[in-house]
Amino acid sequence: MSQAKPRFSPAALLRGSLVPVLVIALWQILSTSGLINPVVLPSPVQVVVRWWAYLLPTEAYDPAQSSWILWALSGEMLFDAWSSLYRVVLGFAVGAGLALPLGLAMGGNPRIYALFDPLMQVLRPIPPIAYIPLAILWFGLGNAPAVFLIAIGAFFPVLMNTIAGVRHVDGIYLRAARNLGAGKLTMFLRVILPAATPYILAGARIGIGTAFIVVIVSEMIAVNSGLGFRILEAREFMWSDKIIAGMFTIGLLGLAIDIGMNRLNNHLLRWHRGLEN
Amino acid sequence: MTPMLKSVADTAPVADAAPVQIQVRGVEKTFAVGAQKIVALQNIDLDIRKGEFVCLLGPSGCGKSTLLNAVAGFQPPTKGTVTVDGRTITEPGPDRGMVFQEYALFPWMTVAQNVAFGLEIKGMSKAEIAERVEWLLQKLHLQDFRNRFPKDLSGGMRQRVAIARVLALDSPILLMDEPFGALDALTRRTLQDELLRIWEEVGKTILFVTHSIEESIYLADRIIVMTYRPGTIKRDVVVDMPRPRDGSAPEFNRLKRELSQMVMEEQQRFSQDEIRSVTAD
Ligand SMILES: Nc1ncnc2c1ncn2[C@@H]1O[C@H](COP(=O)(O)OP(=O)(O)O)[C@@H](O)[C@H]1O
Ligand SMILES: [Mg+2]
Repeated sequence: MSQAKPRFSPAALLRGSLVPVLVIALWQILSTSGLINPVVLPSPVQVVVRWWAYLLPTEAYDPAQSSWILWALSGEMLFDAWSSLYRVVLGFAVGAGLALPLGLAMGGNPRIYALFDPLMQVLRPIPPIAYIPLAILWFGLGNAPAVFLIAIGAFFPVLMNTIAGVRHVDGIYLRAARNLGAGKLTMFLRVILPAATPYILAGARIGIGTAFIVVIVSEMIAVNSGLGFRILEAREFMWSDKIIAGMFTIGLLGLAIDIGMNRLNNHLLRWHRGLEN
Repeated sequence: MTPMLKSVADTAPVADAAPVQIQVRGVEKTFAVGAQKIVALQNIDLDIRKGEFVCLLGPSGCGKSTLLNAVAGFQPPTKGTVTVDGRTITEPGPDRGMVFQEYALFPWMTVAQNVAFGLEIKGMSKAEIAERVEWLLQKLHLQDFRNRFPKDLSGGMRQRVAIARVLALDSPILLMDEPFGALDALTRRTLQDELLRIWEEVGKTILFVTHSIEESIYLADRIIVMTYRPGTIKRDVVVDMPRPRDGSAPEFNRLKRELSQMVMEEQQRFSQDEIRSVTAD
């Protein structure tokens, strides 16, 4: 708790930036020394310039065409990032949306569990990437196969954690609720579901992490937009600076998703004892 | 027999006029632990009158919780019956509000939401719930904590919420399993006094489990002393002292000595059992 302050002290900031600065300096020296072909390794300055160009709008500002804000957001990068994010969110919503009710049912009812568990155990070890040929065969190219793959990536972590969450609900809450007269539905919605949320959210975090990996891969294969598509496209033109700039953007988007998940987690689990850090 | 240790039949406490509300008949409860059979309760016959404050007293492991759970409907007895107002108990219900030692508050609900939960289940209107919750929060001095989550409350405060939560149900019977066992002495005394005040005000039947002799004398109309394995009723002691009771009064101490004697006998059997089970490992 009290560690938050020293982390932002000048000394700590200096220590923290030491290694990155050294790595970038070394990289700059290597790439400008002439020892390495700049197509293989562009200089960091070149990457930053390219990243900036990737961010900026491609067309000149024309007030007659659109508003200032729309123009400012019309750059290629923001469009790509938006496309990727849209797929992650949609795919995750589909995958988690199916996994949550199934997980609740399987966790809460041994018969449903016995019915579905064998199938789940067979399907679970198959990496989502392995579904790519099938996804293209079934859905063709475009958003549909990407969303399908992402949904599969998100499905299993959420399912497994939801089952575990329901099973680990402390019996004392069930007894207290029964004593208060809770029926089956109330018990499920007001007691079991909230009691299982720490597990479910942990599963959701793993699921969205998987979804983010899968979106990049599926964009390299099935669609013509998004960050994954863009860096593969850049390779065809041998634009190594744009590849690295795109990777950097992927990292930023991943970080943004992670921060968003963290916020959501902290809000939904504000009652949770383990959360005071 | 000292004048303090009269049987129920030859005293005339206030509750004597009241009808029997909880009737335990020939209750036996056994648990199978591996190949071993544990007789947690045997031959329990007990009548509790409407409005009585009864303590179950005995060392750990003598079946107090098992008996309370049978009345609550969580664990049906192996043999025998429990009836409440003539109806045989088969499942838990809001007519027998339970307060657990572990509080058992729902950590995802605020204080006010915890108290309101039972009323929502009952299907009471929003306005009625709000009014009743408010009244209970005032009564248990929780009004400044209404929007806190249980994790941000002390043990004493949590138990106040748990008490408010069952009082909300307005059930005629309160079952309490060592509710103050985890609290410090001062908090414990405060909550004991508040419980007595509420009991006198709203007139509930209370079955209260404790292993503290002092607590049982301080609170109860009647103390049921239990034996250890098999769990039977060793003694049914009427406490005929005006409240608030003074822990330094001679009759309080006389009763305390007698009860200590009884509890110690059972405690020793419990300790021997523990030593045996440790050396057997
Ligand atoms: N679920 C159970 N399974 C096996 N043995 C149990 C179970 N519950 C209680 N017992 C045993 O029954 C006896 C009485 O337990 P309990 O009613 O909890 O005692 P108390 O509340 O007086 O401490 C103890 O010896 C305990 O080990
Ligand atoms: Mg107990």
